[in-house]
Amino acid sequence: MAAPMTNDQSWFYALALGVSFLKCLLINAYHSTDFEVHRNWLALTHSLPVSQWYYEATSEWTLDYPPLFAWFEYGLSHIACFFDKEMLVVPNLNYASPATVLFQRLSVIVADVVFFYAVKECCKCLREDKGKDLLGKPSFILTGLLLWNFGLLIVDHIHFQYNGFLFGVLLLSIARHCQNRHFEGAFLFSVLLNLKHIYLYIAPAYGIYLLRCFCFTQNSSDQIMQPLFIDKSRSSLFIKGQLPQVLSRLFPFKRGLCHAYWAPNIWALYNIADKAFSILGVKFRLLDINKLPKASMTGGLVQEFQHSVLPSVSPLATLVCTLLSILPALFKIWHRPNGARGFLRCLVICALGSFMFGWHVHEKAILMAILPLSLLAVDSRKDAGIFLMLSVTGHYSLFPLLFTTQELPIKIFLMLLFTIFSLASLKTLFRKGGALLNPLEVTYLLGLIPLELICEFVYPLTVWQKTFPFLPLMLTSVYCALGVTYAFIRLYNSLLTCSDTTKKTKMQ
Amino acid sequence: MENWSLISLCVLLGLTARWAVSFHSYSGAGKPPMFGDYEAQRHWQEVTYNLPVHEWYFNTTNNDLNYWGLDYPPLTAYHSLVCAYVAKLLNPEWVELYASRGYESHSHKLFMRATVLFTDILIYIPAVLLYCFYFCDGSSKQKVATAFCILLYPGLILIDYGHFQYNSVSLGLALWGILGLGLGWDLFGSLAFTLALNYKQMELYHSLPFFCYLLGKCIKQGLTWRGFFHLFKISMTVLVTFALCWMPFLSDPKQPLQVLHRLFPVGRGLFEDKVANTWCSLNVLIKIKTLLSRETQLFLSFALTLLFVLPSSLKLLSKPTLWQFKLALVNTSLAFFLFSFQVHEKSILLVALPVCLVFNEIPLIATWFLLTSTFSMLPLLLKDGLLLPYVVTSLAFLFLSLYLLSALERSTEEELRLGLYRKLTQRWLPKLNLSRIIKWKFWFSLAAMAALSFTSVWLKPPAKLPDLFPVLVSVLSFLHFLGFIIYFNQVQLMEPQRKKSQKKTN
Repeated sequence: MAAPMTNDQSWFYALALGVSFLKCLLINAYHSTDFEVHRNWLALTHSLPVSQWYYEATSEWTLDYPPLFAWFEYGLSHIACFFDKEMLVVPNLNYASPATVLFQRLSVIVADVVFFYAVKECCKCLREDKGKDLLGKPSFILTGLLLWNFGLLIVDHIHFQYNGFLFGVLLLSIARHCQNRHFEGAFLFSVLLNLKHIYLYIAPAYGIYLLRCFCFTQNSSDQIMQPLFIDKSRSSLFIKGQLPQVLSRLFPFKRGLCHAYWAPNIWALYNIADKAFSILGVKFRLLDINKLPKASMTGGLVQEFQHSVLPSVSPLATLVCTLLSILPALFKIWHRPNGARGFLRCLVICALGSFMFGWHVHEKAILMAILPLSLLAVDSRKDAGIFLMLSVTGHYSLFPLLFTTQELPIKIFLMLLFTIFSLASLKTLFRKGGALLNPLEVTYLLGLIPLELICEFVYPLTVWQKTFPFLPLMLTSVYCALGVTYAFIRLYNSLLTCSDTTKKTKMQ
Repeated sequence: MENWSLISLCVLLGLTARWAVSFHSYSGAGKPPMFGDYEAQRHWQEVTYNLPVHEWYFNTTNNDLNYWGLDYPPLTAYHSLVCAYVAKLLNPEWVELYASRGYESHSHKLFMRATVLFTDILIYIPAVLLYCFYFCDGSSKQKVATAFCILLYPGLILIDYGHFQYNSVSLGLALWGILGLGLGWDLFGSLAFTLALNYKQMELYHSLPFFCYLLGKCIKQGLTWRGFFHLFKISMTVLVTFALCWMPFLSDPKQPLQVLHRLFPVGRGLFEDKVANTWCSLNVLIKIKTLLSRETQLFLSFALTLLFVLPSSLKLLSKPTLWQFKLALVNTSLAFFLFSFQVHEKSILLVALPVCLVFNEIPLIATWFLLTSTFSMLPLLLKDGLLLPYVVTSLAFLFLSLYLLSALERSTEEELRLGLYRKLTQRWLPKLNLSRIIKWKFWFSLAAMAALSFTSVWLKPPAKLPDLFPVLVSVLSFLHFLGFIIYFNQVQLMEPQRKKSQKKTN
């Protein structure tokens, strides 16, 4: 843009301010039940003593995040008093006065300041080429990819969650590792785990990396304290003697293999294969239709269910699959740690592996892979190609989260905005060396357009809408699952074949 | 990054901002019995769909003109008819004669908002992009930045997507007219502007500059048959377009008269409600509305408007360049706004359009004017429940135009074109730093507008003066507009012979 070049950092604040304005405009958009979830948590942390927080069950949305997040909500509740005291009354279920909406939305927008700071720190870790045009600078592109990330915008500021703040802590931790401030990095990660336990997905990457690089190679005893520090904060003394109750709230395994809308992972493909086999089996008289269990995987409720033809999957099986999928990556950084880049790659693989094989995965978890991958994307051509595949597919898979007609134009405009930005800027960055995506990948991504037209425009007008209402969701998750799986394989490939560069890079 | 991707990003952001504003309330939401402009538009769809053409503008048993009777020219009626056909497909209840009065539902709101977005994408946005690419100086990034700022002008977004109107159609068509004239396609430009005029009669504010520019061009071609022929072609285009638009109404002589009667309600008085023009502001001090007779008011209004319009039009006639044309558009429409009869606060948008076109040349003053124009509509916006979008879009617009167009940096005396002011102060105050004074005034005025906005929302007016805040807003805006009309007249009339030619002259 025609911005004054005198102030080097002004573009960062311009991008941050711009996206904040956009978030403010979205205050009155649709919000999901997660809004009520957080209002309930504000109420119960404000009204009840600490000992009751994990036992309170007036609302169906019980506290299922770790203690530090509960303290965060407690802190927020003190500011909430000035907006509308009624929201802090526990029995006021589904209370959503304009002041409540304004407060909650503003709290997400303000909490994003952590995310802004983290992105700024990440930009410092990049290799900068001097004399480049602003729009072609890696730090500018990375800032755009992170601050204006489509997934974060719609999940946080429409659907309603606090992911920006949490990812800020994660990115800050990664940035600290890149800057060789490992103690801070480890501390931040342990804080993150105490804020949202879903980050256990990437804990193995942290564990192996820290153990390998600092506990077994350095002689300093301080370094050995790091994993102990992590363990200590895990068993935090904030909640005394309530550990079993807290754990039962945090890990509700009664929920089924898949969410009502299947996350685009391996199990989506597994489910569809099962359905296909059962239909074929019935058609060719190989199976008796009466003996098949009623599979209602997408009945809209979160229940346990059985597969008809293929073996049913238990939580233990998914855990084993997940561990098997990430073990090669962990071995790789154990044997040949590639510094911070290798750690980051392993982290993304752990996140993606857990997404692919985990139990009851939410589609929002794809962000845990996409955001850290942005850091790698501005550094290497191959990673940029993988990032484009994963981000477009992953972001598209978030579309069913916003199912209201009013938000349809917003999600299409913002998706196009982010996709065009990422394509154009990464293409400019890696101008030399050919195209970032091969024709097959381009075809696959273009296939998302007819998919969207069919699922949201054509299908609702057909007869089948009433009898098979879940069909568009199924199509979306299966189609996206293919892209996500492909990205996973390519990422692994890039990790396992980057052994050539290890001799050149130092240990840290 | 390539141009096409930058443009797409800007357009997408503009569209997102528009649709996000549309989430908020509209005029007259939930306020029976009359509701507001939204209901008026819905009612016109109902009337045009269910009644025959010759009944549209008449008071009949089926068509009660007191309940939002049609008071725009035929093109609006045809547009409503097309929308009504679509509405009938989606849900016939929306346009049921009588039964649909006051109809409000979430899906209907989405439909109405979608019609605004559709015409915006079709007419206004392409015109803005083409204008910036053909007629703006600077690098392609500068052009994209200008287009982006124009697209994010808060006033138009808030009125079209908040209050609910179709200004993007008439302003878009007028912009196509300006584009046509700028590119030398006079017939196309005349056609587009005539269509704009047939969409909203307020476009008459822009008609004098169009006329003077075309006449001036014809005269410049010499008083030969070529000039006359050109003039003839333009007149024929205008007449034929008018005839085509009014065709259904030309069968009976009573029809066009009735339509004109609806379009120009001279019975309605000097001004209605609070508006930032001379008469309303003067009324605060002297109750001219009651003191002077109707004829005197009419005469006074006519005389003052003419006084302010004449110099600018004559200058344009003598020097028909695009730059003069744009400035004449600003001056004429602002003069009409300030001194004319029955002006509504939304008419400031007619002035805002040409000011957007001088964005690239005088970014600071243009930003200042555009923010003031949005501020002048504050009482209306507050009535419609649009406080949040007003604050966010105004702040975003201020920030973007200052950052992207370097408005504060490009404010030397020469860039601000303060020629006359410099000449006036040369004698007595030669050391005065005019550009710094202007910047200080800019910030001070913004602070005053912010403070007044804040008090309008948070404080209760005293019981004796319930309209205190709307009146203060109108008077403050009026004073600003008075300053602007003097400034823009100065820029247009005192334009020196420039060494580098500004724009393509045709």
